[in-house]
Amino acid sequence: MTPHMTPSAVAAGSNIDGTARMKWTRKHLLSIEELSVDEINFILDTALSFKEVSTRSVKKVPALRGKVVVNAFFEDSTRTRMSFALAAQRLSADVLEFTEKGSSVSKGETLIDTARNIEAMGIDVMVVRHAAAGAAELLARTCKCSIINAGDGAHEHPTQGLLDAYTIRERFGKVEGLKVAIVGDIVNSRVARSNLWAMKKLGAEVILVGPSTLVGKAFESLGATVVHDFDSIIGEVDVINMLRVQNERIKSSQFPTVREFTRMYGLTWDRFQRCKKDVFIMHPGPMNRGIEIQSDIADGPQSGILQQVANGLAVRMAVLFLVTQVSGEETRRREDAK
Amino acid sequence: MKTVYDETETNRAIEGIVDRIAGEFPSAEPINIVGIRTRGETLADRIAAKLAGRGYGQIGRGILDITLYRDDLSEIGPGPLVRPTQMNIVVDGVPMVLVDDVLFTGRTVRAALNALADFGRPRIIRLAVLADRGGRELPIHADYVGADLGQLPAHEKVCVKFTENDGVDGMTVEPRHSP
Repeated sequence: MTPHMTPSAVAAGSNIDGTARMKWTRKHLLSIEELSVDEINFILDTALSFKEVSTRSVKKVPALRGKVVVNAFFEDSTRTRMSFALAAQRLSADVLEFTEKGSSVSKGETLIDTARNIEAMGIDVMVVRHAAAGAAELLARTCKCSIINAGDGAHEHPTQGLLDAYTIRERFGKVEGLKVAIVGDIVNSRVARSNLWAMKKLGAEVILVGPSTLVGKAFESLGATVVHDFDSIIGEVDVINMLRVQNERIKSSQFPTVREFTRMYGLTWDRFQRCKKDVFIMHPGPMNRGIEIQSDIADGPQSGILQQVANGLAVRMAVLFLVTQVSGEETRRREDAK
Repeated sequence: MKTVYDETETNRAIEGIVDRIAGEFPSAEPINIVGIRTRGETLADRIAAKLAGRGYGQIGRGILDITLYRDDLSEIGPGPLVRPTQMNIVVDGVPMVLVDDVLFTGRTVRAALNALADFGRPRIIRLAVLADRGGRELPIHADYVGADLGQLPAHEKVCVKFTENDGVDGMTVEPRHSP
C-alpha cells in the first residue's frame, strides 16, 4: 500500500496513482473508522468509474449478475434504501426488500435469527440498518454473507460519509486542507461520526457546531474542534454540512426549542451572506426546510444536496461491487482447500 | 525474459496495423478507435495519431474498462481498481476498431463486445491487436495483427511495453507469475 498520494493526482481530484497498486480485501463495510486512507480513496476512485455507468443510455453492467442483495432495514429510510436497491440493480444483482414492519420481527424474532434465516435463502450481501449501534458488526460476526452498514444507531453510516467525501472531492478537487463545519445534533448523529472520520482521514479540518447539550467537548478527542457559536466560524469554512434536526428528539431536554435552534444554528439567509463566496452547502436529508436550512439556500447554486444523492448511488455501487469480489475470493479459497 | 520485438519492429508492426485499417476505411469518413484499458488505450492513441497523420479527420476516441463485464470476476478475486469507461462518441452506424495489446484467450474481447453493445450499434467492429499469441478459448479472431507469435505455451506471457508507460517500445516473452 502506498501511504501518500501524489500532488498531481490530488489536483485531479483522484488518487489513482496511489490506489492503483492496492487491492481491496474487505468483505464487509461496517464503519469509516476502520478504513485506511488508501481504502477510502480506493472506494472513491472506484465510485468515479461507476458514476460513468449512470450516464449511459443503458445504465446497467453485469458485474453482480446472479448475486442477491437484501436490504434489511430495521429502521425507516427512503433515500438510503432506494439508493442501495438501485445501485444493486445497476450491477445486475437481484434485490430483496425486508422491512421490520409486518415481518416476523414483530412476532419476537431476534436480529440474529432474522438475519440467519434471510441468509439461508442464499444471499450474498446484506445491507443493514438498525437502531442499535454495533448491529452490523454483530451480523458480520455471525453471518457468512457480506454485511454493509447502512446506519447503526448513533454509531456510523459509512456510505453517507463516503458519498459526502466524494461530493466534496468532486467540488473542490480535493478534501485535504479544507475547513468543514458539521452543524446540529452531533451527539445523536451517525452521519456526523462517519463524516468526521472520513474528513479527518482525508486531511480536512473539522469543526463541530451545536449547543453544548448536542455536541460535547469530548468530541475534541477525535480530532475535531467543537464550537457552540456558529457565527464565530461562519466566514472561514469551505463546507457546511447541516445535519437534520431529528424531530423525534426535539422534545428531549437536550434540545432547545425549534425557534431557538433555528436562530442559533440554522443556516439562515443572513448567515449565508457572511459565508465564503464559494462555500459548499450539504445536507444528508431529509431536510426540515426553514428549521436547520433556509429553503432558497438548499435549492441554490452553492448547494450540493442533490449531487450528494446522485453520488450516493455511485458510491454504493462501488461498495457493493468491492465487497462481493472479496466474498468470491474467500469462497474460492474454501473450495480450493477441499 | 526474451525480447521478441525491439523498438523498430514494434513500430513497424503498429504501422502495419494502420496500413490495414487505411486499406479498408476511407479517410474522409468517420471512424471510431476504441482502446481496451490499459495497454490497448496506448496502442489506440498511437494508431489514431498515425491515422490522423494520413488525413483521417473524423476519428472518434473511446476507452473501455471491461472489468465489470468479465465472466471470471468471481474467480480472479479482489481486483485492481475499476477505471472509468469513456465513450462520448457516436457509436451507431460508424465503423469501429477495437484495440488491445495482446490477444490470448479471447475473453477480454468478448467482455469488450458485451460492453460495446450497451453503447450502441457500430456499423462494423474490427479487432486490432499488436500481438496474437494463440491460446484462444472462444471463437474470436483479430482482423489486424501486428505480430503473429504463433502458439505460445500457457506458462509464458507476452509483455508489451510502450514509451508512454515504460520508457521504451518493445515486446518480451516472460514466464507467467503464479498468482
